[in-house]
Amino acid sequence: MQWQSLSEFIAMDGRGLYIWGSYGVTLALTLIEPLLAVRRRRQAWRDAAASQEDN
Amino acid sequence: MWALIHRDWQLAGRRRVEALLPLVFFIVAASLFPLGVGPESQMLRTMAPGVVWVCALLASLLSLGGLYGSDHADGSLEQMLLSGRSLAGLALAKAIAHWVINGLPLVLASPVLGLLFDMQPRELATLVFSLLLGTPVLSLLGGVGAALTLGLRSGGMLIVLLVLPLAMPVLIFGAGAVGAVSAGVSPEGHLSLLGALLLLTLLGAPWATAAALKIALD
Amino acid sequence: MSIPSWTTFAAPSRFEPLAAALMPWLWLVCLGFSLAGLYMGFMIAPSDFQQGQAYRIIFIHVPAAWMSMVLYLAMAFWAGVGWAFNIRLASMLSRAIAPTGALFTFIALWTGALWGKPTWGTWWVWDARLTSELILLFLYLGYIALVEAIDDPRRGDHAGALLALVGAVNVPIIYFSVRWWNTLHQGSTISMTAAPKMANTMLTAMLLMTVAFWAYAFAVVFTRTRAIVVERERGAQWVQALTASGKE
Repeated sequence: MQWQSLSEFIAMDGRGLYIWGSYGVTLALTLIEPLLAVRRRRQAWRDAAASQEDN
Repeated sequence: MWALIHRDWQLAGRRRVEALLPLVFFIVAASLFPLGVGPESQMLRTMAPGVVWVCALLASLLSLGGLYGSDHADGSLEQMLLSGRSLAGLALAKAIAHWVINGLPLVLASPVLGLLFDMQPRELATLVFSLLLGTPVLSLLGGVGAALTLGLRSGGMLIVLLVLPLAMPVLIFGAGAVGAVSAGVSPEGHLSLLGALLLLTLLGAPWATAAALKIALD
Repeated sequence: MSIPSWTTFAAPSRFEPLAAALMPWLWLVCLGFSLAGLYMGFMIAPSDFQQGQAYRIIFIHVPAAWMSMVLYLAMAFWAGVGWAFNIRLASMLSRAIAPTGALFTFIALWTGALWGKPTWGTWWVWDARLTSELILLFLYLGYIALVEAIDDPRRGDHAGALLALVGAVNVPIIYFSVRWWNTLHQGSTISMTAAPKMANTMLTAMLLMTVAFWAYAFAVVFTRTRAIVVERERGAQWVQALTASGKE
């Protein structure tokens, strides 16, 4: 294990802000995007079912 | 094809004020920069090629909305499509007309702007020549954008956003040519690349515009 | 029934079950390779001689940049196929790729800036690669803006295809011109290509993350394609049949 402690791991020799800023934003975006896509898909099926009721 | 160019020229002549708006925009926009960054002449001289070129780019692109718009509105565009004439020829004619009405005035006005920025004679000459090569490319690329967005509500701004990325090489080589002269280097490289872009665009753009018109009108 | 060929899945109705079946596996691959890549990148790869810890951002930055470029080509390719052969599903796939491609481009730019600040002192560097990446983002946004502005779906598909193909042809020209521009302007000794000399562990971590991003892209793009298929085909018999039987 090259990190002596958790706080050392987070600090990253003072570069923590940049590293976790990068990974954090990437994680957030790659969580939001699929959720939005799934929501769009579910909505599409709901709309399709609704349009059938209109027929 | 001459008939088409002549027709656009006449239409522009009837609405002279409207036709001159891009030129006025060009001059006004370029004049904004000294007001924004300060009158220090050394800095202005360094900025000048880029500023003039960006304003020429914007002035060229902003006038594209009406390129096919009015013909589409009064149905003459559909007639041209049905008449079986070459759409690529139409696209080329339209681009030439746009350049004569919009681009050429920019080329002719550019020395005046260059003087406002205290450019030297050699730089001015290169500026004019680079715009002479570059503005036709902008008209040709703009034609593709105008055809793609035919009849759309957000037309004007959308054209600019679509065409700007494609026009960046033109900007880089055009402004770069003048910058090279300022630095005492030959602009040959930049200008030949501009020339190559012009040739490439002449070959490809009318064809792409024709395809876009077919997509829009079918 | 005839032997299924790749054209079998060109029917939207066939795409839906295929994509649904693949989904869990794609996410599994994504998760697995991400964990492996991150472990390799943080626990095994050492700190860099010149850049210290900050270089670890490349495990996201480089794969994201690669994805942004590959996805653009894929988007243009499928849009072209949809236009040339009139295959609706191909066009729908192309539309689904665009937002994900734009996302990866943004991530590449964002992580590039956060890498640049501690390493070279500025948030933004006008070097050839980052500037080209920025222009690529504009190309993506232009495509999205155009297809969203056109109401008629097929016209939107075809217009988008033309724009994407024109963009794809221009990408080498744009990249070349930006590199030219960059090398001429002295004062820019910063180059993002001056990545640390890659130890094997660093390279491995980067490749693992690349596979993870690939799987992610497939998963999200397929999900979005499924949505677009249902949106556009809602009147079709197979859709109506599935809603009647109470799907999703």
